[in-house]
Amino acid sequence: MRRLVLATVLSFLVSPIAALAAGEVNVYSSRHYDSDDELYALFTEQTGIEVNIIEGNTDELITRLEREGDLSPGDIFIAVDAGRLHKAVEADLLQPTQSDVLAERIPETLRHPDGLWFGYSKRARVFVTSPDIDADFVTTYAELADSKLEGSLVIRSSSNIYNQSLVAAMIARYGTEATQNWVDGMVENFARRPQGGDRDQIRAVAAGEGDLAVVNHYYFARMLAGSDAADREAAGKLTLIWPDQQGDGVHVNVSGAGMLKNAPNAENAKALLEFLASNEAQKLWALANFEYPVVEDSSLELPDVLVGFGTFKSDSVNAAKLGENNREAVRVMDRAGWR
Amino acid sequence: MTQSLAMRRRLAKLWPGVWPATCFAVSAIVAIPLLTVLASVFQSSDGEWSHLAETRLGDYVRNTLWLAVLVVSITLVVGTATAWLIETCDFPGRKTFRWMLLLPLAVPAYLSAYAYTDLLQFSGPVQTSLREAFGWGRRDYWFPEVRSVGGAAVILALSLFPYVYVAARTAFAEHAASAMEVGRTLGRGPWRCFLTVALPLARPALAAGGALVLMETLADFGAADYCAVDTFATGIYRTWRGLESPVAAAQLSAVLLGAVSLLVLVDLLARRRRRFHGVSRASRPMRKVRLGWRGATAAIVVCGLPVVLGFVLPALIFGHMAWTAGDARAREVVLDFGFNTLWLAAASGVIAGGLALLVAFGRRVSKSRTVRSAGRFAGLGYALPGTVVAIGVLVPLGWLDHAVNDATRSLFDWRPGLIFTGSVLAVMLAYQTRFLGVALGMVESGMTRIRRNVDDAARSLGTSGGRLLVRIHLPLLRGSLLAAMLLVFVDVAKELPATLMLRPFDFETLAVRVYQLASDERLEEASLGALAIIGVGLLPVIVLSGLLESRRRSQTHA
Repeated sequence: MRRLVLATVLSFLVSPIAALAAGEVNVYSSRHYDSDDELYALFTEQTGIEVNIIEGNTDELITRLEREGDLSPGDIFIAVDAGRLHKAVEADLLQPTQSDVLAERIPETLRHPDGLWFGYSKRARVFVTSPDIDADFVTTYAELADSKLEGSLVIRSSSNIYNQSLVAAMIARYGTEATQNWVDGMVENFARRPQGGDRDQIRAVAAGEGDLAVVNHYYFARMLAGSDAADREAAGKLTLIWPDQQGDGVHVNVSGAGMLKNAPNAENAKALLEFLASNEAQKLWALANFEYPVVEDSSLELPDVLVGFGTFKSDSVNAAKLGENNREAVRVMDRAGWR
Repeated sequence: MTQSLAMRRRLAKLWPGVWPATCFAVSAIVAIPLLTVLASVFQSSDGEWSHLAETRLGDYVRNTLWLAVLVVSITLVVGTATAWLIETCDFPGRKTFRWMLLLPLAVPAYLSAYAYTDLLQFSGPVQTSLREAFGWGRRDYWFPEVRSVGGAAVILALSLFPYVYVAARTAFAEHAASAMEVGRTLGRGPWRCFLTVALPLARPALAAGGALVLMETLADFGAADYCAVDTFATGIYRTWRGLESPVAAAQLSAVLLGAVSLLVLVDLLARRRRRFHGVSRASRPMRKVRLGWRGATAAIVVCGLPVVLGFVLPALIFGHMAWTAGDARAREVVLDFGFNTLWLAAASGVIAGGLALLVAFGRRVSKSRTVRSAGRFAGLGYALPGTVVAIGVLVPLGWLDHAVNDATRSLFDWRPGLIFTGSVLAVMLAYQTRFLGVALGMVESGMTRIRRNVDDAARSLGTSGGRLLVRIHLPLLRGSLLAAMLLVFVDVAKELPATLMLRPFDFETLAVRVYQLASDERLEEASLGALAIIGVGLLPVIVLSGLLESRRRSQTHA
């Protein structure tokens, strides 16, 4: 009797968790696009498996997962940055998924060697410049520290993960000391105190507050193809530059997913991970946001905006390095006084 | 007989009585997250602390101090000036402004920050049209920078000044008439009366309002972050995420908590031995000074500007965005998330009101210094950023979850799962930790207006503690209690970081939705959610304004 009462009381308290029974998959996601909801609806339609989502910032999700430990109801972890996927690996939150489908469809460089996570879209950190300046103005990341850029570089705060990952990638390429010099030089070139988001940087260049912005390519694409007339006009005046095309290639990051270590619905989780590599899913995951799909399939047509950007060479820095060097990157930026 | 009396005395020493004990227990539960944060001081941060001290800490301290000084000064000036005009002068529109001045309370500072940076930055519509109109280039003109300490201070002040306004109005309504009369008979002009009589009498109320503003400012993350100002609150977040040092982040929070405790202590010492009761409860309605056209115009500007800038303009900006762009899923999202926001805020408000009543009453009837300090400690969470409170909640509740599961597994071979961290309980605890201070402030200030001799008389007639609370205090506190619940309601509806971190599966609130869209630079899509937050915030503002009116009327007719 006592057990019954206890169970009743507890199950009342836990009702939101008890609802997560069979036929479901629980996703901890730091992506929050409306197209993602369509994506999950499509998955449910095809498989009958319900998708429960908890969204949040990646670091908060990681903290939460660590606290939940083996009691966590989470099956899948989704992050928009390879550095964060690596953090989840470091925190020992992920387990390998063996899947021929994933091995075949996702290029080796864009997934974890042991299958702990899989990249599902590529995002490149590019330059956007005013057409008033000549085309060869700046073509490499190294040149961002060149004094010819003095007073003309606009970029967001060092608290932003995209900048942290860029600096982490440079540390992987050139070491901490050289990267420190590079970052110091960049800070000298800032046109204004770092502020706002990537779209704000693009708008600033369009308005003439600076000559060159460092941004993720899809923000530029979204402005070009978006519904805001002023943004469309502003972005339309500008040019996209793929950095380091003669060298190591443009810095790319992935957004991706992996199976959580204590996944109570591991089979469903695997089904979802495989589904994400399907053509329909790639359209919703990557193309709906103007990111580049990871699956190479001729039936996946790029939107006109991305076709207009042309082809590019990506860097080969292992995504795991971004996570390993993240802390060092922040220290480097702190020392340089990059807000 | 004497033996049993001695026994009772000894017992009384050990067991301070049910009310103080309840007060202590409530405070302890709410204080657990704070203590968790404080405990971090004894952990090693692996050199992050010295790195911070060498690089960023100076900025955090400087900016936080500047922001606090500016916001408190602006809110005190605006709140006092508007309250004084409303309570003592007569000018066209006064009755409308009386409640409109509360409206900015419904607009969270981070929403104003979204709206104003978008409007006023270099590439925004205002500066762009200026450049186009006059053919200016980048360095041809000066324009105030929105993304600066000054900009953030103005934005925060615009959404926080109603705290001072409410406090000042109550004080002026109670004291102004009789005080002014005394002053006038002594031959002083209105300015001197205001400065030498009314203002000093209103000081405790202004200090209480200013303290709320100060705490909100210290804990603000959204507005400072959006305005590119590095404060303790944004620094804590960055240290935790960027430097990946939760320990150093918690230590930063402990420093902040220490500073706040110090302020509270100073305030306590300053107010020692002083009890502020109304000069006279039955003060007559004050005859209002009719302003000439010049004075009236000035009064309209002084009262109108904060309303326009703090409410009308941000609401219009979001309205415009929602109208021109908007969010395809908006209606469904707003209804769904709006419902969650509403019930979460309402439940938290009611709980906070109840707990505040217990703590305040316990502190009043207790002679134990420990109990009284515990009650005060329970209110400190207000100055901590939601992120920090969330960490403080996750650690002990996570531990509790595991303990419960281990126990049930060994006893019944059954695991209930995450009872605490996986349900609304965690969010609820975080809200109480963060906002009990607001409710407590309201209820305690209401309680100080109940004279001690009321308690003594009731006691001497043999009234028990419970009866005293329910039959005598509660009716007298009705207004303060309602105000306390409403303030917590608004705060919870606006709260962001703790909700973001602690909410259960498939549980979204308006603030979370808006933040996620805005942080993804999709402000247009966030606009309808933003309007909905403002709408939800309006509900208690309306009630609060009605409450202030009825209190005023009951006082003037008493």
